[in-house]
Amino acid sequence: MAAASNNQPLLEVRNLRIEFPTRRGTLLAVDDVSFDIAPGEVLGVVGESGAGKSLTGNAIIGLLEPPGRVAGGEIRLEGRRIDNLPYEEMRKIRGARIGAIFQDPLTSLNPLYSVGRQLVETIQTHLPLSASQAKARAIELLQEVGIPGAEMRIDHYPHQFSGGMRQRVVIALALCAGPRLIVADEPTTALDVSIQAQIIALLKRLCREHGTAVMLVTHDMGVIAETADRVAVMYAGRVAEIGPVREVVKHAKHPYTKGLMGSIPSLGVRTERLTQIDGAMPRLTEIPPGCAFNPRCTFKGQRCLVERPNLMPAGATRAACWLHDSGGVGAPILKETVDA
Amino acid sequence: MLAFILRRILQSSAVLLAVGLVAFSLFRYVGDPVNAMVGQDTSMEERDALREKLGLNDPAPVQFFHFIANAARGNFGLSYRTSEPVGRLILERVPATLELSFCAAVFVLFVGVPMGVYTGLYPKHWSSRLLQAISLIGISLPTFLIGILLILVFAVTLHWLPSFGRGDTVRVGWWVTNFLTLSGLKALILPAITLGLFQLTLIMRLVRSEMLEVMRTEYIKFARARGLTNRAINFGHALKNTLVPVITVAGLQLGSLIAFAVVTETVFAWPGVGQLFIQSVQFSDIPVMAAYLLLIGLFFVLVNLIVDLLYFAVDPRLRSQGGSARVAGH
Repeated sequence: MAAASNNQPLLEVRNLRIEFPTRRGTLLAVDDVSFDIAPGEVLGVVGESGAGKSLTGNAIIGLLEPPGRVAGGEIRLEGRRIDNLPYEEMRKIRGARIGAIFQDPLTSLNPLYSVGRQLVETIQTHLPLSASQAKARAIELLQEVGIPGAEMRIDHYPHQFSGGMRQRVVIALALCAGPRLIVADEPTTALDVSIQAQIIALLKRLCREHGTAVMLVTHDMGVIAETADRVAVMYAGRVAEIGPVREVVKHAKHPYTKGLMGSIPSLGVRTERLTQIDGAMPRLTEIPPGCAFNPRCTFKGQRCLVERPNLMPAGATRAACWLHDSGGVGAPILKETVDA
Repeated sequence: MLAFILRRILQSSAVLLAVGLVAFSLFRYVGDPVNAMVGQDTSMEERDALREKLGLNDPAPVQFFHFIANAARGNFGLSYRTSEPVGRLILERVPATLELSFCAAVFVLFVGVPMGVYTGLYPKHWSSRLLQAISLIGISLPTFLIGILLILVFAVTLHWLPSFGRGDTVRVGWWVTNFLTLSGLKALILPAITLGLFQLTLIMRLVRSEMLEVMRTEYIKFARARGLTNRAINFGHALKNTLVPVITVAGLQLGSLIAFAVVTETVFAWPGVGQLFIQSVQFSDIPVMAAYLLLIGLFFVLVNLIVDLLYFAVDPRLRSQGGSARVAGH
């Protein structure tokens, strides 16, 4: 982890709660999520769709789509609280201090503006540069993200670029004003597999060179294992496990993480079968009492059905599972055969 | 691009030929021009001689060719009603109609588009809902009723604006204009509002729904994530992306502003081509009707041609099609 001069994390998320008021009542989509990102660090956030990982990312950049709203907790950037800033204040932070990359490069760029114009307007919004200086910087950025013939390509429109090239342009746009943190929401999901690796390598290299921290939201454990320093596993709106990526991949402590790791095929290792986690993540309206994972868990005990575990130290990581509490999971559940 | 324009011009000519055919059939199938030209006591021989002299015994395709050739030179023959050349008759009336339609179009675009943007950006605000409700009235009330109501309020009751006619006009060359006198300008206000109100509500509703659509797109969200100002997002990124469909409809509407000026001109006794057309219908003045038909066809075709060219100006995806290389990356 890149060391900061003081030990203050770049981003602190504390007890974040995101609610969606609906006609049938308020849904809690993100429940009591806390994590830090150190300067220059890559934090991977994994989870199934609906686990709340994208919502957390959107809350950090201040772009939760209504009616979703931050109902509790705090988000701090470099010590400054940013979750309750007025729109205009937050706008000045977006792009300048926090960059964002979205899933689909095909739709992230305005089709009617040239790539150069979109770069220049972003640069000039945040930096006091003249038009020609901004253009020079835009060309520099395009070169940096590996677009050949940047001087010429700057006047081209998004439809003249391929998907991978467009995502490079999107990365250039996110880096425009030299942000300290980039929230990358599924940056490779919409791309061909062969291009995914290039984009991830590029993102990793650029962020290391610029000392930019990344919150990498994805459901692809492979991408995380390759890129992230630490990883947070989310399940049903909560963090199930968080820790250094190597530990989480090799010695997962939460039964959900274990299942997730078991479901990744690996070359060379010939196992009889990939493991799979039975059942599906509960809907937000149907989260069971106790641990949200309990209906799918093979290790569960009576305590898991009534008491909700918070993150607790578990080996080198922190996991939200009673298995790692001195009290344990409680009495076994008799009706089902539990082979723990 | 050039090939595209040429193709569009060819298509436009085909459309105009078709309109010409309809206009031409007016002569052949609506009444007998000879009957209209001669007196009651003209003998059959004299009628036949006139028929021969006018070329009415030629085969229809030949007659059609002559009609088109003459029309292309602006020669539409003589009016049955006033015996003046139809071309001159129409040319005298065209400025009034064009100025009225122009004012209505300005009213439509400069009021309708901002109203659409506003209601699209703040769809839940009470004023947006009010505008939406008012626009329903604009869409559902017939033009002549709006005209009469406006006359009642602003001319009869308040005496602010004239109730009919063009007011004082100034002749610039052959063009007679309203724009240079105060009374001419005042006379334009009520007819222009009457003519434009329906289209205004249409444009407003179109811009609104397009705006709502565009504001939901990823590139608007990404523009926000880049920290662009609301002004740049709403009036740059969003508005420009609503323009393509809006231009299409606005173009068609502009054409119909000219064509449907008939009703407004009648209500306000506006001396334009629409009024001339109504008078011609009453007198079965076929040369004038035919020329009017062709003129309206020409306006529509021209407007559509301009609309097609505007697409190119707005949408780069069209510009690069056909020719320029799509650069393949990886």
